[in-house]
Amino acid sequence: MDDNQSVLLAERVGAVLTLTLNRPTRFNALDDPLKDALLAALQAGVRDPEVRCIILTGAGKAFCAGQDLNAGDDLRPDQVGKELRLRYNKIVRLLYGMEKPIIAAVNGVAAGAGMSLALACDLRLMGERSSLRLAFSNIGLIPDCGATYSLPRLLPRGLLLDIAYTGRSIDAPEALRLGLANRVVADADLLGEAASLAAILAARPTRALGLTKRAFNRGEDATLKDALNYEAYTQEIAAGTMDFQDGLAAFREKRQPRFEGR
Amino acid sequence: MSEAFQHILVEAKDGYAVVRLNRPKVLNALNSALIGELVSALETLDADPTCRCAVITGNERAFAAGADIGEMAEAEAIPFLLHDQFAQWDRFRRIHMPLIAAVSGFALGGGCELAMNCDLIIASETAQFGQPEINLGIMPGAGGTQRLTHAVGKVRAMEMILTGAPISAQNALRAGLINRVVPVELYLKEAEALAAEIAAKAPVAVRLAKEAIHKALDASIADGVDFERKNFFLLFASADQKEGMRAFLEKRQPQFEGR
Repeated sequence: MDDNQSVLLAERVGAVLTLTLNRPTRFNALDDPLKDALLAALQAGVRDPEVRCIILTGAGKAFCAGQDLNAGDDLRPDQVGKELRLRYNKIVRLLYGMEKPIIAAVNGVAAGAGMSLALACDLRLMGERSSLRLAFSNIGLIPDCGATYSLPRLLPRGLLLDIAYTGRSIDAPEALRLGLANRVVADADLLGEAASLAAILAARPTRALGLTKRAFNRGEDATLKDALNYEAYTQEIAAGTMDFQDGLAAFREKRQPRFEGR
Repeated sequence: MSEAFQHILVEAKDGYAVVRLNRPKVLNALNSALIGELVSALETLDADPTCRCAVITGNERAFAAGADIGEMAEAEAIPFLLHDQFAQWDRFRRIHMPLIAAVSGFALGGGCELAMNCDLIIASETAQFGQPEINLGIMPGAGGTQRLTHAVGKVRAMEMILTGAPISAQNALRAGLINRVVPVELYLKEAEALAAEIAAKAPVAVRLAKEAIHKALDASIADGVDFERKNFFLLFASADQKEGMRAFLEKRQPQFEGR
């Protein structure tokens, strides 16, 4: 199969891996091959020590329209739960658990699972004409792919239930106001800005960033005592990294650190 | 000591030892030879007054992922009965010093049973505990049905053993199977710190307390309390009891001698 026809494009520039959902004629709707390709590409990016930041984006006008509603098998009532457990949930757990930064560059509509996946990424840059839509209730379903975890932590209950019940669109400016986006940029500048941010993050001490994410994940549901205890463990690990040695030396020598991601 | 062994590595530390299962290519699958070496090493360490605790561990990926299936696939029932490879496992019960399992990755089948033969279990966040024997048409044979049920109760033991599905470290902690869950980078260090802490206590008291705790799993409250009490009184014949109580009264640290 020609690489240009691949449903998921993977491109590495330096330490930044960009994954592009590539079914533009279907607004990057997620069918089994695309989900499998996305999971595999994410796993490969996580395993590769040369990759220190990942960007997820979509080809064409949309970021991701969510589950492909023409993919018949996935939508049978007795298959829906299984599909979540077998495919989607693995992707979501990987996005939350991977110990490298992942940026969603939302280039267009992110609807349904597309919105959920964007929310599962660490950071979100949105193009000014892009939008988020928790579209599940538009077809009689509940928000999945981790939206029930991410959104209550970001939105007050009234707003949460408003967007879930109505399935309405949230444009980029509103997403910014609500804290669902880190930044809104001109559409033409989106990939460039994402690449710039990714390059900055890729030059940071990767293991410390990953351990930070691990500690914040733990802290989310922890008591103070538990959070402090876990910080002590994670800090001990971070202090064992080469980047800590370099960071400390750089501070003392009044120079820039040369973080190598280990 | 390691020079004598093919399947394990033994490292003496200050007051305790670390015994590492060393068949990484087969995820430390437990064959007769490995178990034989393990118990022999533990017996030697147990007899050494300078070693007061032992940590048993595998590697980050696997503690032990089951028994060596190849070794037993063609076994016939009566020869198997007469050979009784599990007799080696019975020798774990005779070890007087505490054993700490430091578990990362797979602790499945015999691996889970080996961990449960230990007195304490420290697990990494990546550890998985399971008894998948049912998937091979058999059942746990090295104490799994007994020790797991004691540790996690009937319904959880039933689910684990009858489905063969493993549980995560966090779930094992919640179920009471293990002591602690620690980041993978630190689990062995944590287990060793615990070993050092126990090794610093009065060894005879440690030994008799361990015995009494094991008795609690088998005996009635009445018999168990009687057993505990005899051990308690026995400790008053030890020099360490005199030293321990004197040190307390004199507001100083005790110097235990192990007698």
